Amino acid sequence: MSELVRFQQQFRRSLTIARKDIQIYYAKGPVIIYGVLMPIFLFLAFTIGRSLPADLMIPGLLGMILFFTATAVSPIIVPWEAQARTLERLMSTPVKLETIILGDILASFIFGAGISIVPIIIGLTLGITIASPGILALAIILSSFCFAALGNVFSTPPTNTPATVNMIAAGVRFPIVFMSGVFIPLDELPIWGQNIAFISPLTYFIDIARNLMHGQGHLPLVIDFLAIIGFTAVFLIVAMKLHRRTMPRRI
Amino acid sequence: MGRDEDNNFAIEVSDLTKYYGQFLAINKVSFEVKTGQTFGFLGPNGAGKTTTVRILTGVINADSGQALIASYPAGNLKAKQITGVLPETANAYVDLSGWRNLLLMAELYGIKSKEARQRSDDLLKELGLYERRNDQVKSYSKGMKQRLVLGMALVSDPQILFLDEPTSGLDVQSSRLMKIMLQKLNRYGKTIFLTTHDMDEANQLCDQVAIINKGKIVAIDTPERLRLATKGRHSVEISFQGSVKPETLAQLSGVSEVERLGDKYRLYTNTPGDLAVTLVNYSASVGLKIVALNILAPSLEDAFVSLTEKEHSHV
Ligand SMILES: Nc1ncnc2c1ncn2[C@@H]1O[C@H](COP(=O)(O)OP(=O)(O)O)[C@@H](O)[C@H]1O
Ligand SMILES: [Mg+2]
Repeated sequence: MSELVRFQQQFRRSLTIARKDIQIYYAKGPVIIYGVLMPIFLFLAFTIGRSLPADLMIPGLLGMILFFTATAVSPIIVPWEAQARTLERLMSTPVKLETIILGDILASFIFGAGISIVPIIIGLTLGITIASPGILALAIILSSFCFAALGNVFSTPPTNTPATVNMIAAGVRFPIVFMSGVFIPLDELPIWGQNIAFISPLTYFIDIARNLMHGQGHLPLVIDFLAIIGFTAVFLIVAMKLHRRTMPRRI
Repeated sequence: MGRDEDNNFAIEVSDLTKYYGQFLAINKVSFEVKTGQTFGFLGPNGAGKTTTVRILTGVINADSGQALIASYPAGNLKAKQITGVLPETANAYVDLSGWRNLLLMAELYGIKSKEARQRSDDLLKELGLYERRNDQVKSYSKGMKQRLVLGMALVSDPQILFLDEPTSGLDVQSSRLMKIMLQKLNRYGKTIFLTTHDMDEANQLCDQVAIINKGKIVAIDTPERLRLATKGRHSVEISFQGSVKPETLAQLSGVSEVERLGDKYRLYTNTPGDLAVTLVNYSASVGLKIVALNILAPSLEDAFVSLTEKEHSHV
């Protein structure tokens, strides 16, 4: 069997795993809490009373919702499966470890990309225009995948308690949101603030969204996209490497 | 290598060793399972059965030694493709229906959709779950769940089946159904690797058994030969209509010990045939009616106990 056929076969099985995850998790708490409630409350808390124009505000809201939703379930799927005692059989089926991880990331990616429609509709009803919907769609797809991969990295410590993983994830999620220019555009941040912002992948997505909705971003689009792709590659490699080490210890 | 062509071993294990930290869980385990055999892997709790199964099914790696599944290294995708697994403590996905669980497994093995549906249907019927196929597994009883989990191991029609204590803790019906299915699969030429500590089950199902204790194989043979090789005690089991004092039975000639088991007695002896005659004569002489009388040779359980107890006595 050629490598290509084997790759296609494994990819199809990743999709099967992703569909299973979606069927199981869409109705569970994390998606709704992290994807819908949390960003809206956070956003209200930080914007009420400030007169940020919609074309600056909506990119932040969109980025935050996308980020929270895409990282909502990917951290807990593996520990959840281990605890529910379904992981061992999954590991005994003819799928590679990478296939399982990719499937879990894809599920999270679909949640993130899907729910991003909500803030976009809110934006459109507030009169936002999107300079290039195609580029925005591409940015949403790449970023959602990037964030989902980051979420998966949170699940690499060998604990089978989803609550513990959620704590780890929360400890990273919130700082990322605060340092990514969600509430304050990058241009208005001091230099040290900007430097910190550049280590967060969310920064680049919001920069793209501001560029397309506000007409002006902080960095060129190409740089934003390259940064997101670079972060994705790093997260994927780290997730796969660490899971290879910790997965056998879960069962 | 050279014998790949006419290789009739489904599983070949040599010197398999696994540590958990400092703890030696299995120690140079070696055995072979012929294609089409039902192989029993017996041992007390903590002996290393599950560890061995996990290595053979590619879930964990051994520290040293070799394990081949149909000549492929254990853990290799090709080995996994022809293997069905029922892990010791596995669950189905409780948020999905029984039907979805089966289809999910079939897809992970790359079974074509039409065939997957057909097999899932057939299995659900055979496992007595067809009426409940669209219900979430959450709502199934323990026996139903375990039957479904067996179905999940079978839906890919594997050549080699690994079952880790499949009937432990099951209700009688489910465990009987499971045994019947395993016998049928064996007739169809499947190779079955079964861990259990139920000696009756091993006796009924297995062509060959290995006994593992504290991580080391202590015996590999057919159940019958293991039984016969045991210098265990023979006995006669008898039950009467009416009551008899055990002291009376103990005084009969040839009886070394009397054990009361529910409504019957087991009399240990070196001469079971003679004792049976003595018992019949005795009953006739005192006007007792015999309800049942059985002559018992050492069981597989006796063999198991005598092979594992020395190590086990301090537990
Ligand atoms: N993940 C693990 N970490 C540490 N020790 C383990 C682990 N899994 C099993 N063991 C130990 O290894 C021994 C063999 O376990 P196991 O293979 O599960 O035995 P069995 O299935 O025969 O009951 C036991 O003493 C058990 O406590
Ligand atoms: Mg076990």
